[in-house]
Amino acid sequence: MNTHYLYAAYIATWAIHSGYIFTVVRRYQRVRRKLRELNKHA
Amino acid sequence: MKRAFPILAVLTAGFLGYAGYQALFVAPTDQMQGDVYRIIYYHVPSAWTSFVFFFTNFVASIVYLVRRNPKADAIAVSAAELGVVFCTIVLVTGPIWARPVWGIWWTWDWRLTSTLVMWLIYVSYLVLRRFSTGGQAPVLAAVLAVIGALDIPLVYFSIWFFRTQHPQPVIGEGGSVDPRMLHVWLINWAAFLCLGGLVFWARYRVETMQQEVDETEALESLLQPGGSR
Repeated sequence: MNTHYLYAAYIATWAIHSGYIFTVVRRYQRVRRKLRELNKHA
Repeated sequence: MKRAFPILAVLTAGFLGYAGYQALFVAPTDQMQGDVYRIIYYHVPSAWTSFVFFFTNFVASIVYLVRRNPKADAIAVSAAELGVVFCTIVLVTGPIWARPVWGIWWTWDWRLTSTLVMWLIYVSYLVLRRFSTGGQAPVLAAVLAVIGALDIPLVYFSIWFFRTQHPQPVIGEGGSVDPRMLHVWLINWAAFLCLGGLVFWARYRVETMQQEVDETEALESLLQPGGSR
């Protein structure tokens, strides 16, 4: 009964987590690149 | 530490898979609600995890206000982000559960409204951190975090103090939860705490690296001709 609501909730949960983890990885790559550039100039 | 992270990530993924399996296939079906009640295995542990992160943000903000320690600031902002992520899941999964069970997506009762207010407080904290360029931004954000933390006990105790549409507590004194359900609940909470802890670790690392970049850039601008005015 109403299992589509259950699946919707689980999919939404993992979509939010995946989206956030993706942004953290992107920020990590950006800041690491920036840090390397600064160290190279120094 | 760098080697430990992928190993912990794989272990956490396995634990989350096991917890999801327990929630979907092992926990007994609720006689009244059917399978849709299984949303609570994500909804409630996410709420508890968001409380843990908001409380971490509160403690780290106090430490930052007292000692002006940049590491405390990095912990505070990382915890606030994780808290908002888990609270967003609470605010999304709650209405998805409420629609088939209550017949409505949302109602302005104490628990739901105070949770929404808590989410808005921490979103404004993150907006302040993101868009404020002044050196006082971490201090202002820490003050906001300390004041905002007052909403956490209001959210938690609202179902004890007020008549709400939200279900009454089923764990602890007077609770009536099936021990098999409680077991799956706790497994899922432990799995979400592992996930939260791992992502928090990564986010904290990003924040400390960003602080390093900001310090180096500030130093470079001072060392450039005419930069030390």
